[in-house]
Amino acid sequence: MSDATMEPTELRTADGLPLKKALAKSQARAKRRAFLLVAPLFLFVLITFVVPIGQMLLQSVYNDSFSKNAPALGQWFSEHPLGTPIDESAYAALAADLKEMKANRTQGEAGTRINYDVAGTRSLFTSTARKADKLEPPYKEAILDINEGWSDPNLWRAMRSASHPYTIDFYLAALDMTRDKDDNIVSVDETRSIYGTLFMRTAILSLVITVLCMILAFPIAHLLASLPLAKSNLLMIFVLLPFWTSLLVRTTSWMVLLQQQGVLNDIMVWLGIVSDNGRLEMMYNKTGTIVAMTHILLPFMVLPLYSVMRTIPVSYVRAARSLGATSWTAFRRIYLPQTLPGIGAGALLVFILSVGYYITPALVGGADGQLISNMIAFHMQKSLNWSLAAALASLLLGGVIILYWLYDRLVGIDNMKLG
Amino acid sequence: MTKDKNNGEPALTNAADGEGFVVFDRVQKSYDGETLVVKDLNLSIGKGEFLTMLGPSGSGKTTCLMMLAGFETATNGEIRLDGRNINMVPPHKRGIGMVFQNYALFPHMTVGENLAFPLEVRGMGKDERETKVKRALDMVQMGTFINRRPAQLSGGQQQRIALARALVFDPELVLMDEPLGALDKQLREHMQFEIKHLHESLGITVVYVTHDQGEALTMSDRVAVFNDGRIQQLAPPDELYERPQNSFVAQFIGENNKLPGKVETLDGDGCTVRLSTGELIDATAVNIREAGQDTLVSIRPERVEFKPEMMPSGAHTINAEVLEVIYMGDILRTRMRVAGSDDFVMKSRNTLDQVRLKEGDTVKIGWHPQDARALDPM
Repeated sequence: MSDATMEPTELRTADGLPLKKALAKSQARAKRRAFLLVAPLFLFVLITFVVPIGQMLLQSVYNDSFSKNAPALGQWFSEHPLGTPIDESAYAALAADLKEMKANRTQGEAGTRINYDVAGTRSLFTSTARKADKLEPPYKEAILDINEGWSDPNLWRAMRSASHPYTIDFYLAALDMTRDKDDNIVSVDETRSIYGTLFMRTAILSLVITVLCMILAFPIAHLLASLPLAKSNLLMIFVLLPFWTSLLVRTTSWMVLLQQQGVLNDIMVWLGIVSDNGRLEMMYNKTGTIVAMTHILLPFMVLPLYSVMRTIPVSYVRAARSLGATSWTAFRRIYLPQTLPGIGAGALLVFILSVGYYITPALVGGADGQLISNMIAFHMQKSLNWSLAAALASLLLGGVIILYWLYDRLVGIDNMKLG
Repeated sequence: MTKDKNNGEPALTNAADGEGFVVFDRVQKSYDGETLVVKDLNLSIGKGEFLTMLGPSGSGKTTCLMMLAGFETATNGEIRLDGRNINMVPPHKRGIGMVFQNYALFPHMTVGENLAFPLEVRGMGKDERETKVKRALDMVQMGTFINRRPAQLSGGQQQRIALARALVFDPELVLMDEPLGALDKQLREHMQFEIKHLHESLGITVVYVTHDQGEALTMSDRVAVFNDGRIQQLAPPDELYERPQNSFVAQFIGENNKLPGKVETLDGDGCTVRLSTGELIDATAVNIREAGQDTLVSIRPERVEFKPEMMPSGAHTINAEVLEVIYMGDILRTRMRVAGSDDFVMKSRNTLDQVRLKEGDTVKIGWHPQDARALDPM
């Protein structure tokens, strides 16, 4: 704001200073203090949250392990559009890159990148690069001599798309899709599609867990909210107890309870409910995942529900009763609608936590109870395909954000009470 | 008011024969099995009566109301409504309208839905519902607010809606639990008038709980003063104010001067009391059994006189030193030292010919023996 161009109608202080300027000046100190107070948290969030997530998002569309190691091929692909026959010049570029890779020992890195797309091609790179020094023109013949596999048009299509560091191929893979040799996006065949099923299973299991938590948490929260504070605080400790025990301890104790030779099966055999050879499989399948995760996530449903129920005065239900409603009608028409913000908050919390849950399904899920996060971990730790892991994680994040948005549209985030 | 409040006998009660519309018969209530919150309550409320339960917090008045509404069960005794024992009747079958302290309007419903709720749960058809809701809203002059949410209304408006909701299903008995507690003074006085007016025009029976004695006095046909789980006195407002039966009621209702002493002579209703500082005063014996007993004489500030001609002949007078005169507009409030106590108050009307006392003046004060009531020592 400049003093020279001031409007004549602008308000001024008694000293003639523009009012806005005077206000800013008088508040500057308070603002500086406030900023300094939040600065550590701001930096912390930036470093531990914004940057890694940005990294992850970038990784899901950016992978330069082939493009940076194959500059000659990159050059060739940019000069020759898709559909150009793979001729001698292309093989010459490949030979040049292979020699370079051998010198820098990067053939494995580059091969791995192509291997994501076309399985079994990593060895093609390593074996050919080993003999790269001996390659003489005509390169096409020489290279095909070493390995016939280089003539595969699909391989060339994969190299073309990997010659650009930016790609959506990992998202395609995460959605069970791939490109055919003409670069058209197609679904992978049924037997190889795994992620769609996993996403679906994750969503369904999370939904089941959320509903179970809701059913279990509602009476607990109601009891907590209606008891006198001293008693409810004691009970609250039992609700919070799981929070203070290690996640691993809780999960493994469920293993003790649920396994085929476990406590629950033993009791049922003893009671004669099941025969000794008919012991139920409650572990290493979906049942195990559902039971253990419901238990672990229950407090996240109880707490928001409790905090909402505490604020509902008993007089509402009493008023409904005095107006002639049966206790069921009073509950359904008066009490339940008022707990909706708590139910919404709890459900959202439990659902979002469970779609990303990793350790419990990894321990008790078996093959059948694995969730998408276990697959992400697999790609992070075993297959080392970080870009695919990042793409899967981004899809998960996107799904959660869409849910959050839906919730906001339907219920309103400002109605949510977390405690 | 058509009822005669001054004959001492409440026009509408028939407590003696137990034929009241609402009857508490030897009701006791304990929450913990160790202490009684309500001790042996006997109360009969006539049809069409406006009865107020007045008392300090914890005196058991709200518990009584909750027992009547059905939210608390009586530990012992019987509560009858229109001759029927309702101890075991659940709240929703009692057909009693109730106005709660914080209105308890359902926040997720509009005003119209709030009012339709009691009719809906009674299975009333849509047209009839709408007519009744409209009538009830018009009754409290809130007809244009039918589509608002409770949160969009002011305290006074919410209060009216709560009232309309308690009346919309035509209950014969309406309970009110400190309904005006959250309103400011002016609004409260206005609502007192409106509630009283509704009571008279609808002919309903109202049981009203409050700790505000002004409210109790202005609205009620009869007031039951609660303390310590018992009714201390049950009487029309004027009797309660002018003829309190014990020291608690005398202290709780209105302002009062207390003079402790010993009964010197007892002659029927009249007695003389020797104050602890030696002075002798006249009083009416209320709950005095014999001469020589300790007593607390209570005198209303506006019944104290300091002009000899206003005092009845032969009345005892007592010396008073003026400590402070507070000008309150309509009245003059004089604080004086009487019989060793510094907080004896006299109220005199601010009339043209009123004698203005000054600080430091010494006067002789007195009163009609009827106005000095010798009560139990507290």
